[in-house]
Amino acid sequence: MKHEPVDVLIIGAGASGAAVAWSLADTKMHILCLDQGGWMKPSEYPSTGRDWEAKFYGEWSTSPNIRARPEDYPINDDNSPIKVVNFNGVGGSTVMYTAHWPRLHPSDFKVRTLDGVADDWPIDYDALAPFFEENDRMMGVSGLSGDPLSPLTHPPMPPQPLGLSGPVIGKAMNKLGWHWWPSDTTVATMDYEGRARCINLGHCTPACAQGAKASTDITYWPHAIRAGVEVKTHCRVREILTNEHGMASGVVYYDEDGVEQFQPAEVVIIACNGVGTPRLLLNSVSGRFPNGLANSSGLVGKNLMFHPYAQIYGFVTEPTDSNRAPPTCLWSKEFYDTDLSRGFVRGYGIQFGRGAGPVFEAVASEQKGILPWGADHHRIFRKLNGHRIGVSAICEDLPEEHNRVTLDPVLRDGHGIPAPKIDYTISENSRKMMEHGLARGREILEAAGATDICTNNPIPWGGWHLLGTARMGTDPARSVVNEWGRSHDVKNLFIVDGSVFVTSGGVNPTSTIQAVALYIADQMKQRLANLFD
Amino acid sequence: MSEPNTLTPRQRDDLRTVAGMIIPASTEYKVPGADDAAVQADILKTLGRDTAPVVAALDHLARLAGKPLVELDAARRDEVAKQFRASSGAPAATLVRVVLQCYYRDDRVLRSLGLELRAPFPHGYALEQGNWSLLDPIKDRPPSLRRAQ
Repeated sequence: MKHEPVDVLIIGAGASGAAVAWSLADTKMHILCLDQGGWMKPSEYPSTGRDWEAKFYGEWSTSPNIRARPEDYPINDDNSPIKVVNFNGVGGSTVMYTAHWPRLHPSDFKVRTLDGVADDWPIDYDALAPFFEENDRMMGVSGLSGDPLSPLTHPPMPPQPLGLSGPVIGKAMNKLGWHWWPSDTTVATMDYEGRARCINLGHCTPACAQGAKASTDITYWPHAIRAGVEVKTHCRVREILTNEHGMASGVVYYDEDGVEQFQPAEVVIIACNGVGTPRLLLNSVSGRFPNGLANSSGLVGKNLMFHPYAQIYGFVTEPTDSNRAPPTCLWSKEFYDTDLSRGFVRGYGIQFGRGAGPVFEAVASEQKGILPWGADHHRIFRKLNGHRIGVSAICEDLPEEHNRVTLDPVLRDGHGIPAPKIDYTISENSRKMMEHGLARGREILEAAGATDICTNNPIPWGGWHLLGTARMGTDPARSVVNEWGRSHDVKNLFIVDGSVFVTSGGVNPTSTIQAVALYIADQMKQRLANLFD
Repeated sequence: MSEPNTLTPRQRDDLRTVAGMIIPASTEYKVPGADDAAVQADILKTLGRDTAPVVAALDHLARLAGKPLVELDAARRDEVAKQFRASSGAPAATLVRVVLQCYYRDDRVLRSLGLELRAPFPHGYALEQGNWSLLDPIKDRPPSLRRAQ
């Protein structure tokens, strides 16, 4: 079935799709967003039930392959030590993230200039600065302004309490003389824009029943919809079609009943993340674009960056926050910038973990061999449970073309659309960085008096950050989109998600992804008269 | 969400026996073992999507034991259990996880741990502010953000 054309069609209602929809809404154009998932129902979120922890291993797993909901598509990540995690639905992976909210540093945009590796971004921090601020207001950020080692932010809400775990970590960091600071997070610490303040449900990652954690279904989307943007759910886009002029003409999608539809559009914006976006482009093959849409550079799907996480944790004698607080509250930038004496280039941020719930603790500790079977189980469990603190080094992943997303020759989703295949290896530079992070993490844990120290190197189901697979740049031979997000090849096609990242920095990327999306939307608005020139 | 229970009586017996080996009852902590009838009923009721790997794990366990686990003497049973945990990969990990996730939501166990018998929502938990003066040395540190040029 063919529908009436829309001015702007956005594919994906997650972090970036919501931001760009809201920003473009003031143009009064007819804007439609298609998402393969549905609206969330907070009453069904895990923390509303006694089996809240068990759900994390099944229907609320971060892995789409384990979760396997109808709206999820399978991902062949067998050839990657880091598995892809995401969430599909209105709000996308903001429904299922830890709400940790650092942003890229100014130096992250100039890695070639500063450190002689990878490429500089075609835009700089200053270009994004107003959009970081706007996004922080829209998402509702809590934090403490004035971190001496981070870009200056102005969180509209006070930081999360330090709780029990924060002081344990803070004392250890002070003993070592290392930087630490309360994290900016998108956890509301006071009532904010219709969201109730955090009541410490603890189980933040698999969605917040309180609505204190910002996800775009409760932040951007209500505003965008009130401004006239339309959202159609359970609509999975198969491919983007082009016309005789090489322009995108619209998309073919399957509706909620599995019926094929065609939606014409004047402008198409892709916001499907660093795996979903190259998958869609590579599935959009035509005579004019035989290697996939927007792929004259051959770089669609290449340069995948994950952020390898080197995690180390241990157990202190003092009680920690366990599951009775948001999982993250502190960061450190002590090892963020390049120091070649460490044996690697670039650096990593540190994200501290407050603790874990009893089921998670039992399962993880048994797997690590520190929680025995038999009579001593009870004594050891009581020593571990409620005493965990964790340190994770979020290592900057540099772009490498062999790390890539392609189409799996066999695997298909529920609609028969070829699924993505991941080929990824951790570079030697990243390995050295991870080892450095683990060694420093061990020092931190030892300074805190922790015992029973365990590592996850990398965190295997740690592919939260999906970046770089349709990078931005000024050279069409070396990039997929230009410096304001428009495809070099198809002049009414835009990409606004983490795919456009040139490098990854050493921090969680969602804040920067949304700032980039708002920047691109702003660029589009400024160029409406000659958008396709 | 639960799916039809497809465990055979022999598999149920072995599951109960191995669960009791993972977590035996304790008079010291006043808790049942994971072979307790209520815990076992919870496991069977909520097995759902874990049924297939748990069945695979139990089949492997049966092959290692050669006969019902409960009929082995204690030393042999321990030996089989060690071999099972070391050699059964993801299915064994799933079985153990299923036992642990049901055990550590049992009212008697949570009570023994001093935890409340409720879902986190809607009441949540109180979180103390903590000692913010610990941050003073960092606040005194001069800004040193690496510049882009």
